[in-house]
Amino acid sequence: MTALAEPQAPLAPAAQASTLAPVKYRGPLVVLVLSVVLLVVFALAIDPADTTTFRVATSRDVWQISPFTVPSLLTCVLASLVAIAIGVLALLRARARRSVPAWWYAVAGVVLLFAVLAWSVAGTGNAFPLTLLLVNAVGLAVPLCLGALAGLLCERSGVINIAIEGQLLAGAFLAVVVGTISGNPYVGLVAAPVAGALVGAVLALFAVRYWVDQIIVGVVLNVLVIGLTNYLFSTVLTNDPQGLNAPPRLPELPIPGLSAIPILGPALFNHPLTVYLMYAAVIVLQVMVFRSRWGLRLRSVGEHPKAADTVGIKVNPTRVRSTVLGSALAGLGGAALVSAGLAFTKELTSGKGYIALAAMILGRWSPTGAFAAALFFGTADALRRVLNNLGSPIPSELLGMLPYLATIFAVAGLVGRVRPPAAEGIPYKK
Amino acid sequence: MTTTAQAPAPAEPQATKPARERGSYLQQVLDSSATTIVVAIVIALVLASLLVVAADPDAQKALVYVFARPSDFFGAAWDAVYSTYSALFRGAIFDPQASGARQIRPITETMVSSVPLIFAGLGLGIGFRSGLFNIGAQGQVLIGAAAGAWVGFAVPMPAGLHVIVVCVAAAVAGGIWAGIAGFLKARTGASEVIVTIMLNSIAAYLVAYLLTTSVLRQPGSTRPITPPVKDTAVMPLLLGDQFRLHLGFLLAILAAVGVWWLMERSTIGFRFRAVGANQDAARTAGIKVTTVYVLVMLVAGGLAGLGGAMQIIGTDKTFQASSAGSIGFDAITVALLGRSRPLGTVLAALLFGALRAGSPLMQTAAGTPIDLVLVIQAVIVLLIAAPPLVRELSLVHWAAVPFGYDRKKAAA
Repeated sequence: MTALAEPQAPLAPAAQASTLAPVKYRGPLVVLVLSVVLLVVFALAIDPADTTTFRVATSRDVWQISPFTVPSLLTCVLASLVAIAIGVLALLRARARRSVPAWWYAVAGVVLLFAVLAWSVAGTGNAFPLTLLLVNAVGLAVPLCLGALAGLLCERSGVINIAIEGQLLAGAFLAVVVGTISGNPYVGLVAAPVAGALVGAVLALFAVRYWVDQIIVGVVLNVLVIGLTNYLFSTVLTNDPQGLNAPPRLPELPIPGLSAIPILGPALFNHPLTVYLMYAAVIVLQVMVFRSRWGLRLRSVGEHPKAADTVGIKVNPTRVRSTVLGSALAGLGGAALVSAGLAFTKELTSGKGYIALAAMILGRWSPTGAFAAALFFGTADALRRVLNNLGSPIPSELLGMLPYLATIFAVAGLVGRVRPPAAEGIPYKK
Repeated sequence: MTTTAQAPAPAEPQATKPARERGSYLQQVLDSSATTIVVAIVIALVLASLLVVAADPDAQKALVYVFARPSDFFGAAWDAVYSTYSALFRGAIFDPQASGARQIRPITETMVSSVPLIFAGLGLGIGFRSGLFNIGAQGQVLIGAAAGAWVGFAVPMPAGLHVIVVCVAAAVAGGIWAGIAGFLKARTGASEVIVTIMLNSIAAYLVAYLLTTSVLRQPGSTRPITPPVKDTAVMPLLLGDQFRLHLGFLLAILAAVGVWWLMERSTIGFRFRAVGANQDAARTAGIKVTTVYVLVMLVAGGLAGLGGAMQIIGTDKTFQASSAGSIGFDAITVALLGRSRPLGTVLAALLFGALRAGSPLMQTAAGTPIDLVLVIQAVIVLLIAAPPLVRELSLVHWAAVPFGYDRKKAAA
């Protein structure tokens, strides 16, 4: 653009300077400030004599690794120094106007998280179950990730899906009931997406056909599904808990070879089918949304429906299809929520649909981003549970707030800008 | 009401084409929003009664041989539906089985339940009309209730003044909580929908945390519940000890009048509505849109916070994490059903207050779980949001077609 403008008006030096990419200090500064603050906290709060023990092996591991003990203060200080080094390097890179790769931040985050973990059990005498934390984190991330993928598919096509909560809940309900009746958890796994898709179909009906405000429909659908499942729970399920509300557990399927890797093996490759379905959904959608004709059409409908219609893409059918497909994924997420053989209870999802929405936003409407954000939230949730059991000084309620605070920071642009699809929430009327 | 207002058709065409005018009179009545709302309520009750029948054990047994003896099934179904709705009515409006003055106690309970809904619904209505979709009433109610309860039990004050200070504290707390979303929207463009949803969850965790600390928890107790508010902070009762109806109901009506004045007669309200109608035009006209965002959220949050305080000092007397119930989410449906207008909001809050007040008796007397009320509420709001769907589902509208009603002509 500047090249075209040049012959008409010779550029002043100032204008020339502005064509350079702006220096983005924000990310590196966040890392630096966070790690320095933590360093100070560690230095003040940790007794130099304290030690921290990490338990890495689970009972089923092939190679049993004995728990290792490290001096708490040294570990925490070293970890924060590593994070500070990453921050400084990132700052230098940013000054040279080169973009900082996202994985730098990820490494800094993991290192700092490790330090916080070491601090949380320092001197308590409890061993920190590191592998258990990771196993739980992945398991807890599944409903969030599938819910976020559902929101992503809907919003990429221009339909806001606030009803993820309802879709998760409906999926969980049907998975439990069908799983119990058939006695086979995999049948429940097949039934759950149907429940999610039904909720999605209602959303699409109201949003696309009747042009009702999509946020209203989403909020009200959540109330409707909560009311329906609560009602059916209190009447039908409580009348016959053994026959209707005692689903079998979805068995773990360790992947041969991979699951024997220490720490990572049990964390990633020794899970029920739902986890592998999540991996598959993330990879397939990442390719399909950004590299396929289908994905291009999906995104064009959500960004500029009129242009899409002009080149012959059917806008509203595309929206309906992707809304129903996405909602089916959320239904599957509901099944993942109860995959451990949990009985259905009232409002079982307890706001997970909203966290999924947050994961979608933090992941910037991309499948891999949604997966990373879901994993982050899953870790926060798992950490909350583990610390609760260990009697840690960090109040679990404050950890519970973390996903929500992170999302507010993200949408407020404090950690990079997020930009939703341009045409989301606007009904397409010819 | 809207029907009667629209009834007198324009005089001139009536004189020229009387035959067509009769059709359009019918058209006007059937397409009016009042008809839509009434039909939506009826459809919701019918759908809910299907649920009642489906869950009724007698009806389930009779369904097995429904073709042999249909009367058994329909008799059982009718019994289930009748006992549910009559218990709902006895719990919410008038109880002929009670004695003396207690017969009208249900209707006062309906008023009591509607008080927080009116406050929070009014606040949400202001937001909706100003183009701000505030999902965060739940968090604002919770924070307002917590602040009100704290002032109520921790700060000794003379009677009269104490109630006022509690209300002010709750309004300020709720306003600030909502103001965060307004400020972020104004400064950074962050979607208020997302921020308020997140603030709801943060409020829940914050309150749960404070209830485990000495700030809110009753000293010497391990239960997460505050001490009861002092007697000076309790809302005065209106009809004596026999009824729980308190001054808050009158305050809610006053607030509705105040909101009406604010939105329809004041300059600030004009700016709010201008931003809601078209923010670009409002900005061009010199209205500071960002200031309006913050102001709207402050007012909306303040009203929601007041609703929370009413629940504490009017009804509950102590505060715990479940005090806010689902007031904030119900208030969204109240504001939507009331079309964001003060009068509509009050009427909608009374309707949903009646459902809330009647549901416990429905559960004990008819064995129908309270949750049925949620279904009724959700279906009503879904339907009124889509008038064409109501016309398609409504028997009245189909029946009117032979009499000159044109289903396709309906004004949106």
